[in-house]
Amino acid sequence: MKTRIFTVGAVAVVSAIALAGCAGGSGSEGGSSSDNEGVTLTYWASNQGASLDNDAEILQPELDKFEEQTGIKVNLEVVPWSDLTNNTLAAAVSGQGPDVLNIGNTNAVTFQSTGAFYAFDDEGFDAIGGKDRFIESALATGGAEGQDPTSIPLYSQVYGLYYNKQMFADKGIEPPTTWEELVAAAQAFTDPAANKYGIVIPGGTVNASMHFSYIFAAQNGASPFDKDGNPDFTNDGMVAGVKQYVDLLSEYHVVNPSAAQYTESTQSAGDFARGDVAMYMAQTSSGNVLAENGMNPDAYGIVPIPAPEGGDKVSSFVAGTNISIFKNTKHLDAALEFVKFMTSDEEQEILNKAYTSLPVVNGVPADAFADEPEKLETWSEILSDYAIPMSLVPTVQAFQANVGGAVVALVAKAATGAPITEDDVRTALKEAQDKMATAG
Amino acid sequence: MATALSERPTRAMKAGVTTPGSGPRRRGSRWLTINRWTPYLLILPAIALELLVHVIPMIVGIWMGFIQLTQLYITNWSAAPFIGLGNYKVALDVDSSLSQQLFQSFGVTLAFTILVVGISFLFGMCASLVLQRSFRGRGILRTIFLIPYALPAYAGIIVWKFMFQRDNGLINELLVNNLHLTNDPPFWLIGDNAFLSLVVVAVWQQWPFAFLMTMAGMQSIPEDLYQAAELDGAGVWKQIRYITLGMMKPINAVLLLLLFLWTFREFNTPFVLFGSAPPDSANLLTVNIYSSSFIQWNFGLGSAMSVLLMLFLIVVAGLWALWNRKVSRDA
Repeated sequence: MKTRIFTVGAVAVVSAIALAGCAGGSGSEGGSSSDNEGVTLTYWASNQGASLDNDAEILQPELDKFEEQTGIKVNLEVVPWSDLTNNTLAAAVSGQGPDVLNIGNTNAVTFQSTGAFYAFDDEGFDAIGGKDRFIESALATGGAEGQDPTSIPLYSQVYGLYYNKQMFADKGIEPPTTWEELVAAAQAFTDPAANKYGIVIPGGTVNASMHFSYIFAAQNGASPFDKDGNPDFTNDGMVAGVKQYVDLLSEYHVVNPSAAQYTESTQSAGDFARGDVAMYMAQTSSGNVLAENGMNPDAYGIVPIPAPEGGDKVSSFVAGTNISIFKNTKHLDAALEFVKFMTSDEEQEILNKAYTSLPVVNGVPADAFADEPEKLETWSEILSDYAIPMSLVPTVQAFQANVGGAVVALVAKAATGAPITEDDVRTALKEAQDKMATAG
Repeated sequence: MATALSERPTRAMKAGVTTPGSGPRRRGSRWLTINRWTPYLLILPAIALELLVHVIPMIVGIWMGFIQLTQLYITNWSAAPFIGLGNYKVALDVDSSLSQQLFQSFGVTLAFTILVVGISFLFGMCASLVLQRSFRGRGILRTIFLIPYALPAYAGIIVWKFMFQRDNGLINELLVNNLHLTNDPPFWLIGDNAFLSLVVVAVWQQWPFAFLMTMAGMQSIPEDLYQAAELDGAGVWKQIRYITLGMMKPINAVLLLLLFLWTFREFNTPFVLFGSAPPDSANLLTVNIYSSSFIQWNFGLGSAMSVLLMLFLIVVAGLWALWNRKVSRDA
């Protein structure tokens, strides 16, 4: 009797462990690839919303809908940005990973160079509804020029300058149209004793630091890579651009030094939502993040991030999130069906509304801003007139890690009170460039 | 009768229990074979797992240092070009900022290790000395002292990270708002203070182990040695110096070596506290290796640097072994 209870118990424990193991793993069960019903896909979604739970709330109903329509079950896992690249890398190396995943479109070419992802040839595009549906600038982020893209755009974003309407109205200041005006406005709002600052930056966030370096370098007429794709971080424009960004804290002191500790972009959103800062540079999807933090869309306005007087009018790069399929997935057809579903007109409308981002397909309205035609006009204007493509080189991931890391270090130095000179910036960028020599 | 008796030992034999030299000669050569192979069979699983989990990955890691394993080859390792000592040359090229940073982080790590090992050992010894004699509440104190060591590392360090936050962390709350030691709340996770934070968290984690080892070591010292010393007129400090420390020399030697090796290789603490871009003052070797190579997906370079780290620690262990031989010879 005792042995029987023991065996039953042991079997139960072992099966529980086995099931738990299956649930988290690559989750492929049953069915030949021709019959997609009953197939289970594993999907790693990126953190587009205000929190991982927020993403799960938004995505789960759509995944349930997909299961109803096609019989394919999708296991969702939301991965924070700080982990997404490493987890994807581990999956690429080990061959054990999800079937479908989101990637930041800045990393698309790096991931393409690993050869671990499915390349969308003509057949692939047919399976998801055709190439022509997609907005050209978004589709161009999918991979290197001249090669079949390994990722398809999902959500389109650009950077904008959010400003607190009430705070600006109280001081009678107009939203800035040049960088100098932005600094002046920020100085007017800064009052350290009252814990009020002009602008917030995600000082400790590596990927955002790289984004801003890229944008401000472009405003100063420079690019981090030369025409052959080799890194060139110490040119005058790059140095000027990075200094422009770091000066907000080191020269003008219009940023709360504590922002140097913000390792995720969503932490800056909190400062803006609480009214502790008057301005905030962020992507389109911050609308949702701010809403989750209790800030009404009426309380803020958007303008393009201004350039210095006489500089190039660049406000953003074409940012966004793309969706990729792992080459060694056991369910390619089901994965393609899922990508088709996520980029369908209906889902594009729903998801981009929830995340307050811009649709990547032609003809789909950006419902997120249906009530705010002004904001929509500004976002569309930024995307069409003031946004440049990110460098499409295989070493872009290393660029992000090195330049992003260098800028984070500079911001940290500035936060502890040290003055940052142009030489400091140049030295930091030179070290970052040296490290690039060792990257792929 | 004889048959029944011989059955039982055979069954026990099959169950893995060796009864050396026993058993009827009737079972002869087959039984002797089982007898001979059983010890090896018993340790076979352990050897297999040790090879699989420890030795083979280590050899693969060393091999990775000789190939150019970058993002282009990670999905097909065998295609990666063999570059011999190329990665090592990059790591040790004194002109490049990469190896300058490597040396700088080596220095920081050495300072960090010596500080942490020294303080942990001191705290451990003091706590053991105090808790040698039995008194009310000794058990509770012992348990409290062991808590940091028992906590999952990540959970403990994350709590410290929250405490070190500049604006709403507990440390600054105490220093600025309660004790009014300073008006301007300092940064603990960036800048020069980062080194201090790192040392504090590392000591908090390590000293219970020193306490445990020294406590165990002290228990084995016979009481009459102390009494004899007291009769000879030795004071408390002299007793501690000559009897306690003297008798514990072999244990302390092992303890210090272990603490040194573990602290030098520390990765969890700086990575959780500072992320992948740590401040210069707290740029430990392991995190530096990670952020100079792995984060750029250059695994060949990362492996080469890790091998250099391993070689240094082997040298340290070798020197310790030589010194220990001298110690044992003296003792």
